[in-house]
Amino acid sequence: MRTVDLARTAVANTFRAKLRTTLTVLALFVGAFTLTITTALGAGVSNYIETQVNAFAADDVLLVQAQTDATIAAESEGPAEWDPETSTSSSSQAGGAPLAGAQAEPLTDDDLDTIAGIDGITGIDPVRSVSTDWVSHDDGAKFEFSVNPQSAVTVADLDAGDQLDHNADDFQVVLPNDYLDALGFDTAADAVGADIVIGMTDITGAAHEVEAEVVGVSRSSLFASGAGANNALVTELASLRTAGIDGADENSVIAIAYLESGLTADELDAVTAALDDAGFSAQTIEDQLGIVTTIIAGITGVLNAFAGITGVLNAFAVVALIAAAFGIVNTLLMSVQERTREIGLMKAMGMSSARIFALFSFEAITIGVIGSLLGVGAAMLVGSGLGGALAAGPLADLEGLSLFLFEPASLVGVVLLISAIAFVSGALPASRAARQRPIESLRYE
Amino acid sequence: MNPTTAVDDPAPPALQAVALSKHYGSGANRFDALTDVTVSITAGECVAIVGKSGSGKSTLMHLLAVLDTPSSGEVRIHGTNAQSLSARALNRMRNREFGFVFQQFFLNAQQSVIDNVTLPLTIAGQRRGARRERAREVLAALGLAEKADARAVTLSGGQKQRTVIARALAGSPSVIFADEPTGNLDSATGAVVEDLLFSLHRDRGITLVIVTHDDELAARCDRQIVLRDGRIVSDSAAPVAVGAASEEVAR
Repeated sequence: MRTVDLARTAVANTFRAKLRTTLTVLALFVGAFTLTITTALGAGVSNYIETQVNAFAADDVLLVQAQTDATIAAESEGPAEWDPETSTSSSSQAGGAPLAGAQAEPLTDDDLDTIAGIDGITGIDPVRSVSTDWVSHDDGAKFEFSVNPQSAVTVADLDAGDQLDHNADDFQVVLPNDYLDALGFDTAADAVGADIVIGMTDITGAAHEVEAEVVGVSRSSLFASGAGANNALVTELASLRTAGIDGADENSVIAIAYLESGLTADELDAVTAALDDAGFSAQTIEDQLGIVTTIIAGITGVLNAFAGITGVLNAFAVVALIAAAFGIVNTLLMSVQERTREIGLMKAMGMSSARIFALFSFEAITIGVIGSLLGVGAAMLVGSGLGGALAAGPLADLEGLSLFLFEPASLVGVVLLISAIAFVSGALPASRAARQRPIESLRYE
Repeated sequence: MNPTTAVDDPAPPALQAVALSKHYGSGANRFDALTDVTVSITAGECVAIVGKSGSGKSTLMHLLAVLDTPSSGEVRIHGTNAQSLSARALNRMRNREFGFVFQQFFLNAQQSVIDNVTLPLTIAGQRRGARRERAREVLAALGLAEKADARAVTLSGGQKQRTVIARALAGSPSVIFADEPTGNLDSATGAVVEDLLFSLHRDRGITLVIVTHDDELAARCDRQIVLRDGRIVSDSAAPVAVGAASEEVAR
């Protein structure tokens, strides 16, 4: 029998006992549905966290400061309108940057030399103090504004536009998207290319304004790292602040140490240990993420709850699939029983045992494919609907989160897995059919 | 090598049983279905295997059609020992050389007549177009052309048995085995089916092996082999059985 005929016959046979097939398919459907939803939920949540984490993607750098008891900066609740009477000049080093809020002693020039002298470190850049007061667009209202001085080592999670160009001479800003409404932009794309005015006060009390171009808009991140500024702008803001007075630049609390590329973990440990001996604490970006991710897990109990739900649903999916497997065995055993004579006839007419086995296996796989396709399809519909509703409602604060992420590979994986389960379940009935002796099937006296 | 082969016939017989025995079970439960049966059927013969229920006639047919394996003895098809053939070769031979008509129709009730008829061709691996064309030819020859696309369940008994014969004929077999072909039919319809089988034998030279307990049907065949308790008691063509037959007469 040609394979195409085998497949056609198997599919036709599957639909011969419609009710029985439907019930078996239903069991697989539940398994496929649950498995797909669960996988998509896991992928959605971990993708979100990964995107957040990517905001700290720069490699081969250490953030160094004098040793201290680090405290964590409080979360900010979006921008407040700037009021010259009450608003204080916001210091950038307290602007939500990872190490901000740690009240460490400033690093002296000697400190910087010491750090630069440690093996494995190729350069050291003190993070310059910049402090800004407000931002406005098109002569509109002024809003409190802070710049993340560590923009050089972070990669923003962009809503629109491009990353900062640190080699450019013009002044560039990546604007957090919670400023869009305040500054009168309708969409993130509208803001890209617009010029904004940043206001600041120098150490002598004189006010300055700097105009900069918005090159990108960042999603508000769980890490709330403030606006990004390119090197040219940071340098400009820092020099304006000192008002041309020599030595007025207070020393930086944090410095970025650049590492030799390709350090092994052991070599990195050695560098960190050397810094520790010299009285500095150093953290890689990953170290910080470890801390921050833990914080997120604490803060966003929602995600935690999802992890729990995911586990429970996974268990349901496994139970449903085990039940479905027995369902397939039962369905096909009944089918073999009913079709004893048909099998006998086909064998008498010269159909090989291998082909009989293939026929029944194919029927099992057909049931598996139908059940899993329906389940995956339904899961995609429900997941997209539910994800959209949650993103618009309770989870609106978690920007860039698509709760259910349906990855083609995992969808195909679910279908393949369930087809494989169906095949294995079909093996016993199929081999029973294949072993049947035609003469016993055809006996009727 | 074969005592029953006529000396002047150089071609080996189509079907041949040599000292064939078949028993089921063992010890006290042993049941001898067939004991030391030797018979030879030449191509183009029309043979009736006759006997009462339990006489072993169906067992003999199953062994000759290589649907079953003997406990001892040999089945030769065109001179070749069937046991020496691979399972694949046996399947192929049953598919190409043999057609089967059973007392029960074994039709797939929900399928169309033509799909039932094409089954042996499908198993043989023929393409859909070719096998449907062949099936229509055969159905037309048996007067079922207009029923080709009807579902098998809608047919009358006689039409069903003609469909079964069409299925047996589709692969152009050289031998048709018919096990009680009219057992399930009323006498008028049965007569039509009988006529059909005999005309296939007469017009196409197909070897016909009919298993029956119906003496009238047996009488229409060229040759009758009578079985009792698993042994041949008479064979109208074979001198070897005469002894047994006269024994029978004496009793």
